[in-house]
Amino acid sequence: MQIFTCPFCGPRDEREFHFAAEAGKTRPDTTRQIDPETWATYLHAQRNDKGRTREVWMHLPCSELFLMERDSVTMEVFSTHPLRKEPQ
Amino acid sequence: MTRYSAFTLFREGLRGHKGWSKAWRSPEPKPEYDAIVIGGGGHGLATAYYLAKNHKITNVAVLEKGWLGGGNTGRNTTVIRSNYFYPESAALYDFGVKLYEGLSRDLNYNIMFSQRGMIVTAHSEHDMEMAARQTNAMRLNGVDAELLDRDQVLKRIPLANTRPDCRHPIHGGVLQPRAGTGRHDAVAWGLARAADSRGVDIIQNCEVQGFITEAGRCVGVETSLGPIRAGVIGAATAGHSSVIAQMAGLQLPITSYALQAFVSEPLKPVMDTVWLAPPFATYFSQSDKGGLVIGGGLDRVPSYGQRGNLPMQETVLAGLAEMVPALAKVKLLRHWAGIVDVTPDSSPIIGPSGLDGLYLNCGWGTGGFKSIPVGGWLLAHLMATGRHDPLSQPFDLTRFPTGRLIDEGAASGIAH
Repeated sequence: MQIFTCPFCGPRDEREFHFAAEAGKTRPDTTRQIDPETWATYLHAQRNDKGRTREVWMHLPCSELFLMERDSVTMEVFSTHPLRKEPQ
Repeated sequence: MTRYSAFTLFREGLRGHKGWSKAWRSPEPKPEYDAIVIGGGGHGLATAYYLAKNHKITNVAVLEKGWLGGGNTGRNTTVIRSNYFYPESAALYDFGVKLYEGLSRDLNYNIMFSQRGMIVTAHSEHDMEMAARQTNAMRLNGVDAELLDRDQVLKRIPLANTRPDCRHPIHGGVLQPRAGTGRHDAVAWGLARAADSRGVDIIQNCEVQGFITEAGRCVGVETSLGPIRAGVIGAATAGHSSVIAQMAGLQLPITSYALQAFVSEPLKPVMDTVWLAPPFATYFSQSDKGGLVIGGGLDRVPSYGQRGNLPMQETVLAGLAEMVPALAKVKLLRHWAGIVDVTPDSSPIIGPSGLDGLYLNCGWGTGGFKSIPVGGWLLAHLMATGRHDPLSQPFDLTRFPTGRLIDEGAASGIAH
């Protein structure tokens, strides 16, 4: 079992957390015409990195989304941050 | 290569088993091949085998970073089936089952395909209506299917929980009689032996680290054993397909997850079919050695860890205890995980990669083992001809921009 740290609530059981998405995707400007390739890339393409990853997770009890940096091989968690206070 | 038969077994028995030859060679890589297949699992070995057998291309290397069949080919629950919903999937997977039906004879290697049937149970009146729809869809697609009522299910699975107050009582189910289980290592070894005997070089402990491109075309690979050039390259690297794609400057619509499985201590025969109970997403069968082989859903956390986590283990085993309360005290012998490549529509990706000269066979997600022969057959066709076989055309990467997805995850309600 693992303990993840919600930036808002503190360290909690891994079963309280839900993986949401890879971090860093930018939604195309939908007020303009978007070609199907760009839209498909936004919807479906994944970096799916082996090793260090940056992901958006949700802590289900408080429903807050946050950024988690972890290793996708060892499962070691490096840091968790609120999305609005993302480290530079 | 020694041909395996009852006669050679008898003869070698008298000679102290000193006359067997090695099943395949371990050659040094040549500087150049007509075709290179990345990945020495089932799909990669099948690709090499069918390149040689169907297309007479024998100057082929299979490059494997570890050992043969050490990835998902050695980490699955050995189920072979084609109980899918859409016509494209039914055609694809059922051709896979047909190839499996002839594979032992074709390879001269007993892969122990046991067509003991697979039952997906229904647990409410509404489930029964969906089961009828699934049965009809399969039959319309030319796949064998039977709708079973409760008594027919209990006759085939006498162990099942029959308590009237259980959480998910059995109302019936869908049976695919031709489904079953195979011997996973034998599939890898049989394909390796047959490919090798046709001239294919199988090179283990050779990790692909990059692609050599000239004028926008992929003409070879950089490996841990040095550069190797090739006329055409195919990748069959399952959960590591995104890693290979990154080397080619590409991104795929794939997320890699761990999928766990479990095997129990050996028991006397108690189960002679494969049973999936959708409310628990747990399924199991019994191996010829007597162990119960148990599987379930994905760990919903992207992972390359090749090991499972405890929350999903608890979910799967709690499901088994509800399906068959008598098994609650059975001890586990081993548990393991493979890294599966899951696409948004739970259907595979077969086709050109986006880099000229590089073709993909990936995205099989939790269903890679059953599709080993068909995946190899179709990737070999692409590499040899540069064109799709009609079976693989719908599974091209172009389905994502056109939006013509084949959403089996939603349609057939199978646990992936």
